[in-house]
Amino acid sequence: MKLFNLKNALILAALIAVYAIVQMTAVAGTLSPFYLMTLVLVCVYIILSVSLNLITGYTGQLAIGHAGFMSIGAYASAFIVVKMQGSLISGLLFGALIAAIAGIIIGVPTLRLRGDYLAIATLGMGEIVRIILLNTDYLGGATGFSVPKSVDWTWAFWIMVVSVVIIRNFINSSHGRACISVRENEIAAEAMGINTTKYKVMAFTIGAMFAGLAGGLYANYMYIIQPMSFSFLKSFDILAMVVLGGLGSITGSIIGAGLMTILSAYLANFPEMRMVIIAVLLILLMIFRPNGIMGNKEFKLNFLISKKER
Amino acid sequence: MKAKKIFTYAFVALMCLALVVGCSPKAPAPDATKAADVIKIGGNFELTGGVAEFGKKGEMGAKLAIKEANAKGGILGKKIEYVGADNKSEASESTLATTKLVTQDKVVGIIGPMTSTNTLAAVQVLNDNKVPLITPTGTNATVTVKADGTLNKWMFRACFIDPFQGEVAANFAIDQLKSTKASIIIDQKSDYAKGLAASFKETFEKAGKQVISTEQYVAGQDKDFRSILTNIKAKNPDVIFVPGYYGEVGLIVKQARDLGMKMAMLGGDGWGDDKLLDIAGKDSLNNTFYVDHVASDDPALAAFAASFKAEYNQDINSFAVLGYDAAKMMIAAIEKAGSTDTAKIQAALETMSGFKGVSGESTIDPKTHNPKKSASIIKFVDGKKVFAARVNPK
Amino acid sequence: MGSAGDLILQQLINGISLGSIYALIALGYTMVYGIIQLINFAHGDVMMVGAYIGWFCTTVLKFSFLPALIVAMFLSAVLGVIIERIAYKPLRNATRLAALITAIGMSFFLEYGGMLIVTPQTRTFPSVFPQTVYTFGNVAFKYGDIVIVITTVILMLLLQFIVKYTKTGKAMRAVSYDKDAANLMGINVNNTISATFALGSALAAAAGVLIGVYFNTIDPLMGIMPGLKAFIAAVLGGIGIIPGAMLGGLAMGLIESIVSGIGYSTWRDAAAFIILIVVLLIKPNGLLGKNIREKV
Repeated sequence: MKLFNLKNALILAALIAVYAIVQMTAVAGTLSPFYLMTLVLVCVYIILSVSLNLITGYTGQLAIGHAGFMSIGAYASAFIVVKMQGSLISGLLFGALIAAIAGIIIGVPTLRLRGDYLAIATLGMGEIVRIILLNTDYLGGATGFSVPKSVDWTWAFWIMVVSVVIIRNFINSSHGRACISVRENEIAAEAMGINTTKYKVMAFTIGAMFAGLAGGLYANYMYIIQPMSFSFLKSFDILAMVVLGGLGSITGSIIGAGLMTILSAYLANFPEMRMVIIAVLLILLMIFRPNGIMGNKEFKLNFLISKKER
Repeated sequence: MKAKKIFTYAFVALMCLALVVGCSPKAPAPDATKAADVIKIGGNFELTGGVAEFGKKGEMGAKLAIKEANAKGGILGKKIEYVGADNKSEASESTLATTKLVTQDKVVGIIGPMTSTNTLAAVQVLNDNKVPLITPTGTNATVTVKADGTLNKWMFRACFIDPFQGEVAANFAIDQLKSTKASIIIDQKSDYAKGLAASFKETFEKAGKQVISTEQYVAGQDKDFRSILTNIKAKNPDVIFVPGYYGEVGLIVKQARDLGMKMAMLGGDGWGDDKLLDIAGKDSLNNTFYVDHVASDDPALAAFAASFKAEYNQDINSFAVLGYDAAKMMIAAIEKAGSTDTAKIQAALETMSGFKGVSGESTIDPKTHNPKKSASIIKFVDGKKVFAARVNPK
Repeated sequence: MGSAGDLILQQLINGISLGSIYALIALGYTMVYGIIQLINFAHGDVMMVGAYIGWFCTTVLKFSFLPALIVAMFLSAVLGVIIERIAYKPLRNATRLAALITAIGMSFFLEYGGMLIVTPQTRTFPSVFPQTVYTFGNVAFKYGDIVIVITTVILMLLLQFIVKYTKTGKAMRAVSYDKDAANLMGINVNNTISATFALGSALAAAAGVLIGVYFNTIDPLMGIMPGLKAFIAAVLGGIGIIPGAMLGGLAMGLIESIVSGIGYSTWRDAAAFIILIVVLLIKPNGLLGKNIREKV
């Protein structure tokens, strides 16, 4: 398996093509800013759902606090950019760092819990973060925190690509396989000499870090952030994207995030019906495809290359 | 196995196609052909989510104003088309909704949103695209004038700003109620309540009186205020300032009276809904006062209430009134500008004076984009709203 | 004026009447979780529907409190069964996450569908109770407080009786213990699960009507926060355990009152979550939960 094989070259070419088409149509004005905004949001949600998939889909830890990490990243990066006059990149990195630290602090005690108990504990953590932000007037409190827009399509797209590649490589590494073994059977994994706590915290921290990064992108794109935007309902949204796409499938998460975000934008013309339609589609999809669109399979380009090269 | 694979690929391909198809053709088509015969006004309102009730009422008011204008033959010889968008009561969705209205639907002006935060989220989009917006009830001062003192050129509002209302309420408490010790109950989620509370406190304390305690709640989540009221009861103030919205205010007044607290209670225009009476009950509302736009027996208001009832079979409140006025103001500005050029509409709004709305006569201050209008103080007497005082802006 | 003792007593009364409502909602969560291990996020919204049915009965049909309560409980029970049959039953053997997402979808559906049908405006209940206030010194409580606590206690006793002594109740316990074995013993598992949903939804509707009557106002999103808090209450007490839900609900009500009482009202939700997490870390199965060892 070489780094520069036909498959990777094809993927890179496809990515550049997608980037270039959007960039060119946006500059030329044929792609309306509303759709461009939706596409940037798709990138943000892809990072969020892929990182949550690492925690929930690959490591098997049900966490519903992703919006909490997102908000930590968003506020930390906004703090650097607005209050400290830092650059965008330093803001994004700081946001990711703080979210990762929060991931460790929250992960170490709560990851002892299992299943639904972990879910409710992480949900609680997310809400606590939100309430703290709500009570911090220095960061705008309930009114919100205005952040100048400095993220554009280029930033969002390539950060998304890098994030997905890093998470994918982590999953395909020996660490990633250890994480999957924790999902499959924690006790058996432990018996095989895998330090399950370590891998759970590792996956949780990496997931939190990328959620923070996505939060940073979000904050620097949306003009204003407010605690209300990061309630547990946002965590539900992200979880729905992951499950919709398929637990344990990165391409699934990408499709799930894209589908949900674009659907929401499409339905903007039917404001009152929008959430009802989304709810019904969510229920129907789960009933007829309970394992999500992709299941735990990946969408691969293998059919394009000869058997020998695989 | 193979068939399944093909199915998956076909599915994904289909979705990619949907993405591409969906994104491209819709945008450019409508404006070229349609723009000629209609004038589009956008509405960015909270139609779902936490404060949907306010957004919905505001939208009803705005739609009614547009309907009435169309019934009179429209403006500039064209009909007005209303294009609605939902911001889910969330700032980021408000940015999205504004972007959609401005770039996709090519509206010449926007009415809404109802809350300051959601309005602030629209500022940048409107500055970039040069489209004016009138918020019915975005009362925070920074909506039109940034914290550093620069004017947001495209932002206007139909309501008076927080500091004015808080000041009016405080002066009323001092002069008429002869209060010396006040408690304040604030909705933590609403900058409207926070703004009113801050200016009330400033004015009240400047006069040498005391604000002895401040309690907070979260609107939309709390229904039980007895805990904070019990605390206030122990401090025994002679007036309680409750600058919230009628839903919570009604409960607060009722629960306070149930706890045996008989002191005067005072609020802002968020009280202006007849639901308040249903929730709190007429006995509890005795000895309460609030700041409103016009006296409740004002003929214009009564006429509006009647046509609103005929249209929607619902009662009016301050959101409906201001939504209506905001839309009327926009229509008046387009007429005055004599064109659908957004820059001319902006100029017309900036120099608008003596605009007669349901909520009284107002003149826009070109330096702040805030309307100058007078306020009335309304008093509840056995379930009836009685005019108590009128206060003019300085 | 009020001495510290009165203040504390008043806050306790406030906490108990609020806690009783949480307890009623928490019971439904706990029963459903106990039987199919599903966090039924739509439960709070069933409560909202119950409140609207109660509102319709009292304002349009002019029912008094008790008939309105019974009609709301009955119709919500039917709704609960319909939701279970349509949305959850096809997913019984799917992953639990799929079922969880369906529950979230159902919750959105009820909230926003409700918003579409009844509009987002707040509705006010007519006063179906006398508005009498009893005062002892500086401590005051209402007729409504007594009704809430008494209704809760009666429903709780009734539930205990159903679960302990009736055939359906015994079937419920058998199914929650081991679904397959219960099936082999001739218990109709599907009907038993439906019965659980019916009971839980009826209790939620009772809570909805009580909230409506006591606080006077209802709106389509009223189910979200009480639903979440009741769920926390259920976990706090030990999810799947009926007395645990009662205990957890009361504990939540008291925590909220006390935190507000000492002047930190904006932190009271955070306090509830912190206590939940601390309890989970010390006793992972909740206050009344038994520690079950996991087998390989």
